[in-house]
Amino acid sequence: MTARIQLPAKAKKGEVVEIRVLIQHPMETGYRHDDVGHLIKRNVINVLSCRYNGVEVFRADLSSGIAANPYVQFYTVADKSGELEFYWIDDEGQQGSERQSIQVGA
Amino acid sequence: MSCASALAFALLALPALAQQRAIPLSEVKSGSAFLGADLRSLQNDDFANPGTLWLERGEKLWSEPAGKTKQSCASCHKDAKTSMRGVAARYPKVDAESGRLVNLEGRINLCRTRRMGAEPFKYESEELLAMTAYVARQSKGMPMAASVDGPAKAHFEAGEVAYRLRRGQMNLSCAHCHEANWGKRLLSETISQGQPNAYPAYRMEWQTMGSLERRLRACLSGIRAEMLPYGSPEYLDLELYLAWRAQGLPIETPGVRR
Amino acid sequence: MRRRQFLAGVAALPAAALAQVDPLDPLVWVVTNGAPVKQGKVTVELPQLADNGNSVPIRITVDSPMTEADHVKSIHLYSEKNPVRNMANFYLGPRAGKAEVNSRVRLAGSQKVTAVAKLSDGSFWYDTASIVVTLSACLDES
Repeated sequence: MTARIQLPAKAKKGEVVEIRVLIQHPMETGYRHDDVGHLIKRNVINVLSCRYNGVEVFRADLSSGIAANPYVQFYTVADKSGELEFYWIDDEGQQGSERQSIQVGA
Repeated sequence: MSCASALAFALLALPALAQQRAIPLSEVKSGSAFLGADLRSLQNDDFANPGTLWLERGEKLWSEPAGKTKQSCASCHKDAKTSMRGVAARYPKVDAESGRLVNLEGRINLCRTRRMGAEPFKYESEELLAMTAYVARQSKGMPMAASVDGPAKAHFEAGEVAYRLRRGQMNLSCAHCHEANWGKRLLSETISQGQPNAYPAYRMEWQTMGSLERRLRACLSGIRAEMLPYGSPEYLDLELYLAWRAQGLPIETPGVRR
Repeated sequence: MRRRQFLAGVAALPAAALAQVDPLDPLVWVVTNGAPVKQGKVTVELPQLADNGNSVPIRITVDSPMTEADHVKSIHLYSEKNPVRNMANFYLGPRAGKAEVNSRVRLAGSQKVTAVAKLSDGSFWYDTASIVVTLSACLDES
């Protein structure tokens, strides 16, 4: 799954940084029908987690109520330099992940 | 003026009338002018615009070797930012080798089959949408400038006929909404001029990216007319006519639409 | 859940909160366990009219210092009319720095959207926003 992450490359210690996530996923609701009338099976990303140097700083339970190609924007405090890792999983068990580094100065 | 010269004048005037613009160039407006504030700002958001997911894929595909020759687009065209700049703005155009009118999708597939020995991408496939969006994106901000002269002239004229043809249960032509009633309301939506400058676009109704042809099919479906199959010559002619109508409008790919 | 406990919990809710949050009560109970849900601190921002119900931008903010002692633990989003009424849950904490989440949601028609925030002191707060969602003008079977 193509996914995009936006967060500042550099930040001051203690600064609140904005994190934006955009993931390519149909977030199939399970309520739509195909051309011949069969129900298209539900498949949505149900969990999105963000870990900062291994510690979870944000988690979201998502459902079919979140739009296709989900967009989530949240905040975290720039603590130490390191990596932010993003993990998500959908109803079919497909996992996705992305990581991005952050340099935190004094 | 004598009868004969009046007739001669009238005959001379006819070809010019066919090229008269129902919407003058000074009044052409992109579809984004008819969106609500949210979708307009989403389109302009270089990160959150969902179409950018296809751009990323397109950028990867550009450098991916394919087909019998194991070449990639980059093998011949190098950096797309330079080589593809302005290309999308000139489409649809007539392919010199085959003499056929092709749109950007068709051109990409011609490269694949002729030069790379690769299978063409299907319409609305993730690959074709990604590639078309990526190539068109390299012309972002540039004015649409398709030629309707020479070999394109016959296609342009056929395109105008298609534009004004009444179709479907509702017996409407494109002109009825997009020429005679643009700016007016249809339920809670404002009818646009039906300009093609933002395609491929991410359409909320589709919840995914789609080509201009898909959008034309959506219109046909809307007026309860039969949707022609993808790649039909009538769509190509119509795309050329639309490109002429949109002359000067900056390309906005990837667009975000309702 | 015992009937008596349920009724006692419902009676404990202030009338105003009951009127707003009540239709979703069984879902909210899972989070609040009967504790009162007060209106305030939370702000749900939605456009007045959706461009398209398939994707509507939403912003939820909670007035909180987000310190170790006083922060938002989680935000729970509920739809009035969607088939799946608990749309999303967001888990924050002191490391968030700011109690704000933005996303894009699907809304099946004009309705109210409610966000319930759980704070570190065990209190619950909510806000509701209304939005008009219309169908597309033309049927699209492309």
